[in-house]
Amino acid sequence: MSWLNTLFGRREPSSREVAKNRLQLVLVQDRVNMSPHLLQTLKDELISVISKYVEIDAHNMEVTFTQSKRQSRLTADIPVIGPRSE
Amino acid sequence: MSATVITITSGKGGVGKTTATANLSAGLAMQGKQVVAIDADIGLRNLDVVMGLENRIVYDLVHAVEGACRLRQAMIKDKRLEGLYLIPAAQSRDKTAVSPEDMVTICDQLRPDFDFILIDSPAGIEQGFKNAVAPADQVLIITTPEVSAVRDADRIIGIVEANEKGPARLIVNRLRPDMVQRGDMLDTNDVIDVLAIDLLGVVPEDESIIVSTNQGVPAVMENNSRAGQAFRNISGRLLGQDIPLMDTQAPTSWLERVSQLMRRQ
Repeated sequence: MSWLNTLFGRREPSSREVAKNRLQLVLVQDRVNMSPHLLQTLKDELISVISKYVEIDAHNMEVTFTQSKRQSRLTADIPVIGPRSE
Repeated sequence: MSATVITITSGKGGVGKTTATANLSAGLAMQGKQVVAIDADIGLRNLDVVMGLENRIVYDLVHAVEGACRLRQAMIKDKRLEGLYLIPAAQSRDKTAVSPEDMVTICDQLRPDFDFILIDSPAGIEQGFKNAVAPADQVLIITTPEVSAVRDADRIIGIVEANEKGPARLIVNRLRPDMVQRGDMLDTNDVIDVLAIDLLGVVPEDESIIVSTNQGVPAVMENNSRAGQAFRNISGRLLGQDIPLMDTQAPTSWLERVSQLMRRQ
């Protein structure tokens, strides 16, 4: 019944869309020379630094590199629960 | 006269730098400009053969740099197009035979006599590339609509900008509109979205390029070549002319589009 999926607009992405997504991801890494492993280390260290000042929801935290024109940005989106529990 | 030095580079090999250099040099000469093309791919020369001038080589770039000949003696005058010259690379040396400073000196000597100096860069990011970019006033990046080529182009753009030779402009080469329509190839907008530099032109995939290289006659000189037309357009844009992009859409019928939808199951 995969034609139903087509009817409702759910289909596999074309290889062109896959290529574009992969390129965007790999270029972000290339441009700041950071592997996913290193990004995880950065995230872990961020958690420990910020946790010294406020209590955060580390599980729902997002740290991402994005691109605008040729400008890279590191964005950390961190839910803050409250002041640091003494 | 004071020449504009344009370096054509890509990072990735085989995407069309030499073809572009040959065709843009000829295209600019066809518009009445004095143009010298320099092959900076020492050890793996190809610009001479693509331009059909391989039998006229007496002296080359390395001879000129080392003082074994005068610069004029290393210049081959194209007999078909008034104003077009080539300085070929050496075949039996390597990129270390020439330094970036040598390239700047050579170009400074050529500037008063030409409108344009086009430099065909080798692939890569090492000495050959550095030589080619050193004298540049403008840098053109050639890429094909494929993941590896675009990735390498991105690296090159970064290096060019870091060396204050930017902003570079882009030529998307070997585009296949039929594959784009089927969703099997990145299109020009995808590439520009990712690389974020200005587009100078788009050249469609065209068998006539192979034929023209076989014959040593740049495609711009042929009337029936779509790629040749694209390179003529780009030559015009380099001269500041406002030439719209060629329509590279493959024509599709209503029925074809419906069957494309059905095929995606």
